[in-house]
Amino acid sequence: MSEYSNKKNEEFSPVHTNKVGGSPYTGVIGWIDNRLPIFRIFKHEYLDFQVPKTLNYFWSFGGILMICLIFLIITGLALGMHYKPSADEAFNSVEKIMRDVNFGWLIRYAHMNLASFFFIAVYLHIFRSLYYGSYKEPRQLMWLLGITIFFLMIATAFLGYTLPWGQMSYWGATVITNLFSAIPLVGEGIVTWLWGDYSVGDAALNRFYVLHWLIAFLIVGIVVFHVIALHIVGSNNPSGIEPKDTRDTVSFSPFTTSKDLVGMLVFILIFVAVMMFAPNYLGHPDNYIPANPMVTPAHIVPEWYFLPFYAILRAIPDKLMGVIAMVSSIAILGLLPWLDFSKVRSSVFRPIWKQCVFLFVLDFFLLMYVGAMPAEGIYLVLGRIGTIYWFAFFIILAPLVSIYEKPLPMPQSINEYMDWKKKGKIKTFNFTG
Amino acid sequence: MKNILKILIIVLIFTSSLNSAENKTKLLEPNWTFDGFFGKFDRASLQRGYQVYKEVCASCHSMSYLSYRNLGEKGGPEFTKQEVKAIASQYEIQDGPNQEGEMFMRPARPSDKFVNPYPNINAARVANGGAYPPDMSVLVKARKGGADYVYSVLMGYTEDVPEGISLEEGVYYNKYMIGNKIKMPKPINDGSVEYTDGTQATEEQISKDVVAFLTWAAEPHLEERKKTGFKAVVYLLILTILGFVIKRKIWLRIEPKV
Repeated sequence: MSEYSNKKNEEFSPVHTNKVGGSPYTGVIGWIDNRLPIFRIFKHEYLDFQVPKTLNYFWSFGGILMICLIFLIITGLALGMHYKPSADEAFNSVEKIMRDVNFGWLIRYAHMNLASFFFIAVYLHIFRSLYYGSYKEPRQLMWLLGITIFFLMIATAFLGYTLPWGQMSYWGATVITNLFSAIPLVGEGIVTWLWGDYSVGDAALNRFYVLHWLIAFLIVGIVVFHVIALHIVGSNNPSGIEPKDTRDTVSFSPFTTSKDLVGMLVFILIFVAVMMFAPNYLGHPDNYIPANPMVTPAHIVPEWYFLPFYAILRAIPDKLMGVIAMVSSIAILGLLPWLDFSKVRSSVFRPIWKQCVFLFVLDFFLLMYVGAMPAEGIYLVLGRIGTIYWFAFFIILAPLVSIYEKPLPMPQSINEYMDWKKKGKIKTFNFTG
Repeated sequence: MKNILKILIIVLIFTSSLNSAENKTKLLEPNWTFDGFFGKFDRASLQRGYQVYKEVCASCHSMSYLSYRNLGEKGGPEFTKQEVKAIASQYEIQDGPNQEGEMFMRPARPSDKFVNPYPNINAARVANGGAYPPDMSVLVKARKGGADYVYSVLMGYTEDVPEGISLEEGVYYNKYMIGNKIKMPKPINDGSVEYTDGTQATEEQISKDVVAFLTWAAEPHLEERKKTGFKAVVYLLILTILGFVIKRKIWLRIEPKV
């Protein structure tokens, strides 16, 4: 630290020294690289970059999410050229895309299903971090950036779902924007301001469309930060042990790239199969009925990926408290690096925490199921139990387990970890392929 | 801990079975030609289906997203160009204004949208006892159960109404309709239409044909989608296997014998 502060003045000296050169390349690439070091950076960060050699297929989801995001933007761009964000024309323009635009059906189904698969991948990505303790020192900021991305994803997915202007679009938008009315005193005013009108309508749809685009690109921005941070702190790995030297690591290319490629291809295969053979399976049939403010659907349900949080919202009888619970159920993830202060990262060596994480996953599915059901009877009870566990996992279990859990004996290095695993001394998932 | 997991899983399965018990009436599931990985429409069935729509449904139900030209397009009923022209010209649509500023009627062309049976929604309501006959363009996709559901509703009219259900004037009992009440009188009976291709016009056959037609109308690119999908899946499968082999080979450099 002190060394850095001594150097500070020198490094930020106003006298600019032009340093052309230093590229490992020659020829045209070298000429460009000497002036704009993109090739050098690429080589450093994507070819020679050292990655723990124990990474399993759970580590493919970062790359998979990147692909999802890129294809969402490309398909979104194409859709945007044909879509009309007006209450009268939105539904018609989507039907026109589906019927008359060249490959419009393919582009729309791809965009629609990619959104779902983006969430599948992000949930697995988050699970990976929870299970292997990737949120811990020194990766807290990456974790926080990740949660920011998740919040933005929720926002943009919600806005995107309103755009086809079907019944679920309209009523989902009405229900969710109405949540803001729970804010004391200014709530009603805020809702009117959000709508730009006294009900969800043309004005709201238009701004939803603009914000849907804007947030997509905000996500790209935060993703860049997320990735830069990754290249500073390095990847965690199933053992949770930091690599010590190059004996513990492999270079990003061709090792990680070839493995990620397999993960991506399997993911794309499943995605394409769903998109081509059951394109509407993950959607709701009511969204093929044009929005009608006079007819409320029997059950207003959000997209499947919001159901766990919807269940938490409805588990609490008071509207304002429900909204607070729903938002904090995600925000609380951000506190995890400080609530779970166990020095051991990976659940492989944490017998009790491992069970807590599995229960948390089960709780996630329980809440998802409850969220799809009417809020009454047994579902309300289950929803409340699920909500209690959700918060207890962070506030009570994480710190308590950190204090009282006795971690299993740990290997000294990644190499030793692999050795132990080969000898069957470590029991864990086998997703190494 | 393991026991808690087991109990929770059992509770989940139990509650989900409770829920499935609620949807007591199981939908009829005829063998659709368009189901499955190699699903395709039966052209003759789609053509008959259009005839049913035209002669039975079209007097109340619009199909406003379809144009007459769609009837001749690939993957649909594939009527010939002349047939499509002939079909379109049976309808009159309002066009204009002409150079005198007058609106005028002219025969429809293949590029025109299907003519609506009613000038507006309110007119449709008044004519149908307050119930608005839904547009049929995407009807199959807009109902849970899809083609099976629409077919089941068509076949679900019964004379013997279960006890405890009272029907007002102009309301009919239907086994499969959500809520079991429907304002549409039984639309299809044996011989409701007369097929020209020699197919027996039974209630099942007519219903099947018209639902096939409606499925095509809701998803006109279904055949293309499944065909492309199959190719894409095979291609990706091969690519994935190749990718895996390559990955294995590369990783052998650091982990000899796996």
